[in-house]
Amino acid sequence: MYVATKGGERAIGAAHAWLDETGRGDPALPELTADQVQAQLGLAVDRVMAEGSCHDRGLAALAVKQSRGDLIEAAFLLRAYRTTLPRFGASAPLDTNAMAIQRRISATYKDLPGGQVLGPTFDYTHRLLDFRLAAAGQLPSGAPEAEANNEPTPRVTEMLAREGLMQREAESEAEPGDLTREPLSFPADRALRLQALARGDEGFLLSLGYSTQRGYGGNHPFVGEIRMGEVAVGFTPPELGFEIDLGDITVTECQMVNQFKGSRTEPPQFTRGYGLVFGHGERKAMSMALVDRALRASELGEAAEAPAQQQEFVLSHCDNVEATGFVEHLKLPHYVDFQSELENVRTMRASVEAAK
Amino acid sequence: MSILARAEAAEIAARLDPLPGLPAHKRLRGPETGLVMVRGRTGGDGAPFNLGEMTVTRCAVRLADGTVGHGYVAGRDARQAELAALLDALMQDPERRPGLEAAVIGPLERAQADRRASQARKAAATRVEFFTMTQMR
Repeated sequence: MYVATKGGERAIGAAHAWLDETGRGDPALPELTADQVQAQLGLAVDRVMAEGSCHDRGLAALAVKQSRGDLIEAAFLLRAYRTTLPRFGASAPLDTNAMAIQRRISATYKDLPGGQVLGPTFDYTHRLLDFRLAAAGQLPSGAPEAEANNEPTPRVTEMLAREGLMQREAESEAEPGDLTREPLSFPADRALRLQALARGDEGFLLSLGYSTQRGYGGNHPFVGEIRMGEVAVGFTPPELGFEIDLGDITVTECQMVNQFKGSRTEPPQFTRGYGLVFGHGERKAMSMALVDRALRASELGEAAEAPAQQQEFVLSHCDNVEATGFVEHLKLPHYVDFQSELENVRTMRASVEAAK
Repeated sequence: MSILARAEAAEIAARLDPLPGLPAHKRLRGPETGLVMVRGRTGGDGAPFNLGEMTVTRCAVRLADGTVGHGYVAGRDARQAELAALLDALMQDPERRPGLEAAVIGPLERAQADRRASQARKAAATRVEFFTMTQMR
């Protein structure tokens, strides 16, 4: 056993050196900087911040570079880093209504106050590979500007709620549970579910959201509104005793509007599925909103039979850092466990042979 | 404080450093980087939930006359946090305050307003103007 450990150490050292060399690639090419990753692979950076559950574009960009673009590995690096930092406290809840809008669209109302603002989107591009990008050196022509009229952009959900057609969210300032401090237990309340979904894997939530659309727990969703832009983060340092802004962060919010046929206590109305993520992450915000609404099935008296409606299934498996840890641990030495399995199968075979 | 939180250390230093007669300061705490748990609201306007953390750097300084200043800024820039704390201390002096407002805070605030306005104009250029049949007639 001792010999094997020493041998492993040398091999691991060599493997990591090779990893570094491979990660750097052709030394004749200029090295990619974390700043370049942050600026030019911004959506990868945003995804790593969301799933790493730590807003810091510089750290996320470094993690993307270090992980050679493996975004789950990058999220893991960011999660590991955050455990080294003390926590100063919690922010005031973000006021997404006061967002400096870069993008804001609604699929339910064509003409809504504040208008439909497309922002920097892949929508309506032709998805043709742009070979001009392969030949670097050209600067884009620059985004046009137009007179901004600073018209308010009220929430679509609020417009419906004023008519009594949208279920209001519970008014509460209760201290939300925090799954980074207390392990999840079931049933988990909505605040905990939203925290888990906000840091959940985009691919997993996308597939679950898709499954609800295909009939596995359908909830007839419409995109009431998607908005993306900067919001101020307010924080009250105990030594000051009043709220200050720590700065602005970019977030994406999605409000799914869903039919609800009513119950004994509530009239027919619309209900919300809510998605909120760090950075520009529209697909994630939409998926989160679909799954959030699906997970409200029991609360709204709907049958909870589909996978997306079962919170224990969804919340226990949506975290890609946890999932990768358990899946990838299978490749670690299981020599002793396997020896016993081997012994077992040999014994069983021998007894079958003997019985013949 | 909110303006200093949104300014880069170099931007603050460029405006603060040329000012004459700045007193020396001593660090009381930090600069140190930690985390703040960012909260959202369910449905945008309901009960709070924990969205995820963000890095924040804080610093506390004391001037020779005993005034204490605090700085809290998003991110990991120790210099920005220290400059924010220093300015917080300096601006508690009513005699110094107008000069600092004019030389440091005002210009930073205008630069930030310009950046915001430029973003707003780019967003406005992507606003959809629907032409319905009724309007085209």
